[in-house]
Amino acid sequence: MEHSVRLPLARRLGRRTYLTLCGAGFAFLIAPILVIVPLSFNAEPYFTFTEGMLRLDPEAWSLRWYEAILAPENGWGAALANSLLIGVAATVIATILGTTAALGLASDAMPFRRLAMGLLLSPMVTPIIIVGVGAFFFYSSLGLAQTHLGLILAHAALGAPFVVITVTATLAGFDHTLLRAAASLGAGPFTAFRRVQLPLIAPGVASGALFAFAASFDEVVIVLFMGGLEQRTIPRQMWSGIREQISPTLLAVATLLIVFALVVLVTVEWLRRRGETPA
Amino acid sequence: MKLASDRTARKLRAGGLALPLVAFVFLSFLAPLGNLLTRSVHEPVVADALPETLRALEGKWSGGLPPEAAFDAIARELPAARETRQIGPTATRVNRRESGMRSVIVKTARRIARFESRAEAGEPWRRLLPEIDEAWERPESWQAIRAAGERFTDRHYLNAVDLDRDASGDVVRQPAERRIYVSLFLRTLAVSLGVTVLCLLIGYPLAHLIANASASTSRMLLLLVLVPFWTSLLVRTTAWIVLLQQQGAVNDLLVWIGLVADDARLSMIYNMTGTFVAMTHVLLPFMVLPLYSVMRSIPKVHMDAAASLGAKPTQAFLRVYWPQSLPGVAAGSLLVFILSIGYYITPALVGGQSGQLISNMIAHHMQTSLNWGLAAALGGVLLLAVLALYLIYDRLVGIDKLRLG
Repeated sequence: MEHSVRLPLARRLGRRTYLTLCGAGFAFLIAPILVIVPLSFNAEPYFTFTEGMLRLDPEAWSLRWYEAILAPENGWGAALANSLLIGVAATVIATILGTTAALGLASDAMPFRRLAMGLLLSPMVTPIIIVGVGAFFFYSSLGLAQTHLGLILAHAALGAPFVVITVTATLAGFDHTLLRAAASLGAGPFTAFRRVQLPLIAPGVASGALFAFAASFDEVVIVLFMGGLEQRTIPRQMWSGIREQISPTLLAVATLLIVFALVVLVTVEWLRRRGETPA
Repeated sequence: MKLASDRTARKLRAGGLALPLVAFVFLSFLAPLGNLLTRSVHEPVVADALPETLRALEGKWSGGLPPEAAFDAIARELPAARETRQIGPTATRVNRRESGMRSVIVKTARRIARFESRAEAGEPWRRLLPEIDEAWERPESWQAIRAAGERFTDRHYLNAVDLDRDASGDVVRQPAERRIYVSLFLRTLAVSLGVTVLCLLIGYPLAHLIANASASTSRMLLLLVLVPFWTSLLVRTTAWIVLLQQQGAVNDLLVWIGLVADDARLSMIYNMTGTFVAMTHVLLPFMVLPLYSVMRSIPKVHMDAAASLGAKPTQAFLRVYWPQSLPGVAAGSLLVFILSIGYYITPALVGGQSGQLISNMIAHHMQTSLNWGLAAALGGVLLLAVLALYLIYDRLVGIDKLRLG
């Protein structure tokens, strides 16, 4: 056994270096996220591991920063409510419009397909500062700056491309003879869509919706330019926390957001696999 | 006949399905961008506040100063502008042409009422205005008003590339101390390029490992890329502040190992290093994921075949693997580059003074200096750059392949 896998020294060294580099790369990706979680349980208002924490002294660990999140005067509850309201409403708009558009874009008869796709996906790559400044000018002139509605509309435009992408990808694997079969059995186009196509592309729609929600839930720049005190969202609240006085409560919020990200990630991966297995 | 109409019907149906979102994106996304671009060339404030003055300023002036009609008109229009609260914005815009004019205009608008009786008694404003402020004797003041009164202006775009117009209307370079934007654009491009190269250097081996590992390992490793990808940008930025600050974990570790003295802790945040590290971290998944999806489709037997034909590993990599992975390299690099030139949040939070990019300057002009026209013009230049890159991306990779996850 030993003899059969022995590689020349240079190859072994090369392989070792390659794996070390990869290890360092993965550590770079994940370490910041891993470090922040234990630090959020620090009993002291420091951002570094105290000696007590390293000795695993129970006194050095505490939930006080999580309790601080719950204190109403810190405003995290109100921020969560705003984030959820804006995020859910923007996701509903983005998902309905995005799915409908994807049905058109996936068809080979779609006129100006490339142009339409380029237009619909452009919000994803447009520098967010330009979107924020433009939204401030435009929505102010409509009287929609500093309103929830204005933010919902702006966020919906940011989220829609994600729905378009995931749903067009799912539709690429959709067997269109099923729709003809439904039609031959007497279903109208809408019934055929609702009863046959929609259930089959549902995983794509759902993961697109999750993407759109995450985009809104993490968006800070438009809120910064367009939102007022009444529209403070969680990212907006974190923004001022980081800029003004970074407090350990931020680390507790960050930890909760990491947990949220894990839930979204697992759901999206689960949906992806469901979408891939033939129904 | 039947076929043709059938085709038209299908076209209409597909177009009709896409139309609602197209219309929505037009209204909620393109209209704001259009508004921004309009503002970069359209500046009606002074023109609306001082219409008659500007009319009187047209044509030739004898003896360097404008005709008396201009003095009379501005004496009427400044107090009116004060009533409608337009005096501040008007004064600010004239002041950008000739510094000092802000206070001249505001003061004149305030004091003019005291001179009304003398004006009614027949004294001309041509003499009275210089009594309020002698700036009204200077041709430069009037030239500044005339220049600021242009409804459409290319000045913001000229300023955005460090140019300006002199008194005679010729395009000239800004004085050396005001040439900041071209170098800032170049710095933004350089940082974006640097971040892209770093992402490629770190991301290429990672994607290769994920693509060539066994199914279960590959899934595990992919998670290590996807977890940061899904984690809030602000969370990741907070994490880097916590890690890199002077009393942070990395410095603590370096001191503990003995690499760094306790009183000489490294400054790794609130400067260019902070911007680089945090941006590379945030954008790395956008490099790894497209690379991975291309590498996954490169058959493993190709490298074995190259080896069996006598190629050394480096040779096999360069001649067989690398060319096949190029589509992924192009897709990932372009995406990272496009996203980095518009980066705002990370530099704003961890960049300090030296790590600011063009987006941060736009925000500065929006929030602090309140020079919205210049902010819009800088945004217009940035937008043009991104649009060009987007078209290149479409050519090389295809917009259909744009995937952020």
